[in-house]
Amino acid sequence: MTLKVRIIPCLDVKNGRVVKGVQFENLIDAGDPVEQAKFYDSEGADEICFLDISASHEGRSTLYDIVSKTAEVCFMPLTVGGGVRSVEDFRALLLAGADKVAVNTAAVLDPDLITRAALQVGSQCVVVAIDARKVSQVPPKWEIYTHGGRNPTGIDAVEFAQTAAKNGAGELLITSMDKDGTKSGYDLELLRTISDLVDIPIIASGGVGTLDHLVEGVTIGKANAVLAASIFHYGTYSLEEARKALKDAGLEVRKGIGNE
Amino acid sequence: MLAVIDYGSGNIRSVYKALVAVGCDDVCVTNNPDLIGKADKIVLPGVGAYAQCMNGLSKIEDLIGTMERRVLSSGVPFLGICVGMQLLASRGVEFEITQGLGWIEGEVTKLEPKSHELKIPHMGWNEAVPHNNDVFDRAWNGQAKDVYFVHSYAFRAANKADIAASCQYGADIFPAAIARENILGLQFHPEKSQKAGLQLLEAWLNTK
Repeated sequence: MTLKVRIIPCLDVKNGRVVKGVQFENLIDAGDPVEQAKFYDSEGADEICFLDISASHEGRSTLYDIVSKTAEVCFMPLTVGGGVRSVEDFRALLLAGADKVAVNTAAVLDPDLITRAALQVGSQCVVVAIDARKVSQVPPKWEIYTHGGRNPTGIDAVEFAQTAAKNGAGELLITSMDKDGTKSGYDLELLRTISDLVDIPIIASGGVGTLDHLVEGVTIGKANAVLAASIFHYGTYSLEEARKALKDAGLEVRKGIGNE
Repeated sequence: MLAVIDYGSGNIRSVYKALVAVGCDDVCVTNNPDLIGKADKIVLPGVGAYAQCMNGLSKIEDLIGTMERRVLSSGVPFLGICVGMQLLASRGVEFEITQGLGWIEGEVTKLEPKSHELKIPHMGWNEAVPHNNDVFDRAWNGQAKDVYFVHSYAFRAANKADIAASCQYGADIFPAAIARENILGLQFHPEKSQKAGLQLLEAWLNTK
């Protein structure tokens, strides 16, 4: 009996549709988020993550509708992020049916928001998303980018990860901007560095192209959960294949999915 | 009528949806003691900090008194989920010492997996191993199943007989479920545990 590695398919949502970008650009429309979520639910995803990249108000209200519809049919944990700026945004998404809310730019600009949100909704609902780019090889350093990866901040990603944990984050979603969309694997050094320094769970994100990448995220990166978008989204691999790859590597995965 | 007690905590909508999905057609999400006083089943969800949840309950006039009359005196089936289960304990020590409902003796204390690699909160899927409990027997045939946990504290029951299921996280073996007579408490989230969770909710609903 031990905690299982979580496999989390991620859906990037824009104006009510699922998109997946290569390094957050060149978005391709690829489907209805509620249908996608139902599919992943039936395939035994351990959680689902929606990241909203809509800039408009219309896109925002559509997101609440999608979250609410998903929560009606999927009895699994749902994390929603994108455009979260205030404690009220946390509450609104939780009320719509999200279980956890990911916050990125607003928390980087105002780390106290993490504390205020944790006090209001509980740490376990607060996921701090960090988008980082490597800026130095020796010693290794990563810089946080905000606004969907467009704006450099000058903030050290590893230091900020520790601040976020101290301020009451329930987990960290670590995305490598260098790796995102490249299919060359997670930034394992970044994951490992942060995982060794914080006591809260971390989710690996950005760069998965093969099942081995998922395994490495856990065995080398020491992530507690592995997030991927396109490999599941475009059907390159199924969740069952992902579970089997982790299991074959000696990692614990969830049992009793579907009719198993 | 089944009452899901709404005291300003967490994602109550998921609990409501899951109960409806397993066939409960008369669910009322409420904090009104008059309604709760008429309920023939009561669910107490809970997400957040122990003290905050207990304060949330205490602030609603006559809520705790009504729950005690229905559950302890009238024997109405009661289900506590996550912090809603922990509140059954005598007291919790998260941030500060807080008196719980004290329906089942025990303390709520921090998880101690005793390994840096095992993060807190204990978040994700882990195995709940039932110990001869009627609801688990009917739901899972008494088998162990993976269910979804999110918590940093655990209910240390004073009497082993009250432990309906166990879970292990590193060096820490803690109750995944507490049960006594008409009271059931689940540390994990059945409403987020897909089929295994829905099976349990259905079995609990069908408690005679």
